[in-house]
Amino acid sequence: MYDFNFHRPKDLASALGFLQADEAKLIAGGQTLIPTLKQRLAAPKHLVDLSLIEALTGIERKGRNIVIGAMTRHAEVAASGVVRKAIPALSDLADGIGDPAVRNRGTIGGSVANNDPSADYPAACLALAATIITNKREIPADDFFKGLFETALEPDEIITQISFPVPLKAAYMKFPNPASRYALVGVFVAKDGKGVRVAVTGAGESGVFRVPAMERALDKKFAPKSIENVKIDPNGLIADLHGSAEYRAHLIGVMARRAVDAAAKTPK
Amino acid sequence: MPKVSLSVNGKAVSADVEARTLLVTFLREQLKLTGTHIGCDTSQCGACVVHVDGKAVKSCTMLAVQADGARVVTIEGLAADGALHPMQEAFRENHGLQCGFCTPGMIMTAVDLVNREGNDLDEQTIREGLEGNLCRCTGYHNIVKSIAAGAKAMKGKRRAA
Repeated sequence: MYDFNFHRPKDLASALGFLQADEAKLIAGGQTLIPTLKQRLAAPKHLVDLSLIEALTGIERKGRNIVIGAMTRHAEVAASGVVRKAIPALSDLADGIGDPAVRNRGTIGGSVANNDPSADYPAACLALAATIITNKREIPADDFFKGLFETALEPDEIITQISFPVPLKAAYMKFPNPASRYALVGVFVAKDGKGVRVAVTGAGESGVFRVPAMERALDKKFAPKSIENVKIDPNGLIADLHGSAEYRAHLIGVMARRAVDAAAKTPK
Repeated sequence: MPKVSLSVNGKAVSADVEARTLLVTFLREQLKLTGTHIGCDTSQCGACVVHVDGKAVKSCTMLAVQADGARVVTIEGLAADGALHPMQEAFRENHGLQCGFCTPGMIMTAVDLVNREGNDLDEQTIREGLEGNLCRCTGYHNIVKSIAAGAKAMKGKRRAA
């Protein structure tokens, strides 16, 4: 790892100040960034650690939304009674990220800002129509995830909170890579008053994406059978040593049906 | 060079470190606490697990400067007054190790699991709890047995670790 200057601001304003420096990078839980630095795939001159900024932590229910501070660790989301009661699918998702030690460090804001094509949280944000709140503005999930590791975030922008509308029903099903625990394919299905949203992670060459054909079919009838005949085009899906594009296309159907089945069974 | 001040196994420690120093490197090379192992160095194997502010973390995936002000407990901090911690004793009793390389991380992860899930752990809870710890000798069977026994033995003896 190349050396860098390390900053640990106690408030958002100072963090934004440090971020002005040449080649400055934010560090949240560091569970992706530190391995990246170790491999010298990134060499920032300044690291700005967000862990002491209290305004970035905490979980609360605000009206019809669950609002989670960007620096909230995966283990905290998984253990939160507030989240469990409102969106159990989100608790389950957080509880399935990496392993217990990774969940004790990794944060929701870090995961969303990094937008790894195989990360879990982007699927939840997209399917639940979450709003990503930054120091500057509120960005709907549909406009936030731009591509492989790309988001709508500007260089001087920090995610402060993520707000999830509470759905009527939701479930997340992931087929984890047995070594990395990242999603080989993960499908988040959510139904609210406006309709059904289906988001897929792990499979898209440009990161997380929605499946409108499944959404339309599930709008008519929310049951696994409704999407039995929806074909997923392997074009644009990831093909690597873990699985071909065709395999992932097939898995999307399987995981989506399981997610709908699980969501349909949630008591509400 | 940044200065860090933290508590390690109950003792106050202050040192100058390069910002890029990993917590595991700091523990092993500066503090000579070599019980914490580096296995894979890619956040997979869990040989480097220590407790930071009471929670299990992979010390190869955390910077020493991020531990400034924190309370760190390593495998060396578990035994007290010359007696093994109940979880260490359970690994010994149940033949929970062969080469022993993964054992410090296994034990720190196990103690964290008991702190979260209590003293009566079923096999599935233990196996899921070990998702981030690899052992290449034992096939995990005796590790799972050790943790179930250690968890019971920790009843009423839960410590700050």
